Amino acid sequence: MTAAKGNSPLLSVENVGKSFRGLRAVNAVTFQVPRGDIVALIGPNGAGKTTTFNLIAGALPPSEGRIVLDGADITGLDQARICRAGIGRTFQIVKPFAGLTVEENVMVGALRHDGGDVEKARVEANKILRLLELGDKASHPAQSLTLPDRKRLEVARALATRPKLLLLDEVMAGLRPVECDRMVAILTGLNKETGLTILLIEHVMRAVMALSDHVVVLHHGEKIAEGTPAEVTSHPKVLECYLGEEHE
Amino acid sequence: MSALLSDRRAVLLLGLLAVLVVAPLGAGDYLLSILITILLQAYLGMAWNVMMGFAGQFSLGHALYVGLGAYAGGALFVHFGTPPLIGAMAGMLVSAVAGTIIGALGFRFKVMGVYFALLTIAFAEFVRVLFDHWGWVGASSGLFLPVSNRATDDIWMLRGSATMFYYVILGMAALGFAFSRSLLRRRIGYYWQAIREDQEAADALGIDVFRLKMIAVVISASMTSLGGLFIAFYNNNLYPESIFSMHRSIELMLGTIIGGIGTLFGPILGAVVLTALGEILTIAGNAIGIDGIKQIAYGVCLMAILILKPGGLWPWLRQRFGLEGGAR
Repeated sequence: MTAAKGNSPLLSVENVGKSFRGLRAVNAVTFQVPRGDIVALIGPNGAGKTTTFNLIAGALPPSEGRIVLDGADITGLDQARICRAGIGRTFQIVKPFAGLTVEENVMVGALRHDGGDVEKARVEANKILRLLELGDKASHPAQSLTLPDRKRLEVARALATRPKLLLLDEVMAGLRPVECDRMVAILTGLNKETGLTILLIEHVMRAVMALSDHVVVLHHGEKIAEGTPAEVTSHPKVLECYLGEEHE
Repeated sequence: MSALLSDRRAVLLLGLLAVLVVAPLGAGDYLLSILITILLQAYLGMAWNVMMGFAGQFSLGHALYVGLGAYAGGALFVHFGTPPLIGAMAGMLVSAVAGTIIGALGFRFKVMGVYFALLTIAFAEFVRVLFDHWGWVGASSGLFLPVSNRATDDIWMLRGSATMFYYVILGMAALGFAFSRSLLRRRIGYYWQAIREDQEAADALGIDVFRLKMIAVVISASMTSLGGLFIAFYNNNLYPESIFSMHRSIELMLGTIIGGIGTLFGPILGAVVLTALGEILTIAGNAIGIDGIKQIAYGVCLMAILILKPGGLWPWLRQRFGLEGGAR
């Protein structure tokens, strides 16, 4: 199925905008996420990253523009349908199913496959948990996890839905540098081994630099630059919005 | 290890069932009536638990389904001599429709939590007033089932001795338990619990939240209506005032809250504790001879349990006696 579509991008965001009453949060944003790539969405606070993310994930309907996943128009679908279409997401403020075990949390995602076979879902959940180095905590209640583990659980649960595209919303935030490097290693591993395409919002630049093939920069709801991490970080407009204008 | 633990639970369960099966041989009329009260409370608690405990949808108006089940079975029997089994189906259907209406209104318009609970109360009260003025079912002066043929047990018509009623409610409670257990272990059970824990996260995992909540309401309402049918045939009289009352809605969920919401054994344990507590306090209260002392003591005991064990008694017992098996 994917082969037929060849080199077309997995996700294509076309002229997407979102207004909240009078406020223009996102304005005519266009970018693409190529198959198998890791793309980062960065920008200062209030740049419209999370809104853009929510538009793609279906948490909010866009006011205008088109979002196409793998050739199918998914603009305006609700979150559950978008997940079924192949986008798995994490939440910036983690949302574990606190009363369930770690294993059960991931099983809920995995139950979408194999006709809802619980035992198969359990096996798959454990496979994913080992991948995210949570294997030994499978039987723990999710509410007992530390923040870094909760962030991994978010990723595990989203992965269990077998997404074509994984959306990560600040999974590095609140992690110590060592934990952040572990997460980077895990994500790069996933990307290399399974060809998983990832779109992430990230504030932690060391993670962005290490992970991304391509970076899109938003500012005041508009795209101001895109390119490789090196290109973007030396782009004058990007420097300006992060550091302020240079005065002579 | 986990197999061994679940074996212990199985032994506990089969032991309990065996004792209950032979209980009428040794029990007098009084004890038998207490056991019937416990099993009925446990059964209704299980039914409420499907909606609140599993799917996290708070209904404070479950007396509605008790009443609809009771009146459907009772009125068809009184007017047409319809066997209770058919009446049960009618009651389940009517309750399912009522549940669908409440659920569709609540879930479609995102009425959640306490506000949803208020909606369920409103419907129960509305239907109570309706039945209070409906002549065909006896209006406020009540509906009476003919009491005859007490000597022989006619299970088909649900006319007979207390022992027969005991076995009927025991069967219902056992089936209710098995059914709840099977729901919880299937995909639907996991999805319900995900919705209960975090609806938005469940939605993001591709779960059809609206549909699953509707299924929970329909199952819970239908199960509850069967309890209502039992009440109709066991008590032989029905008054809208009592069958649809707010008091019944509260009583119905109290056992499950005390025993442990969302657990399988909670409704059973809660029913035993509440009924035993009620009986002991009645006896003690009569001995002391102060009016109303029973109600006060009952309230204090409930508060003490809820303050000391807010998650209910069963999760605490399970942990103490090593009956842990998964999160439930």
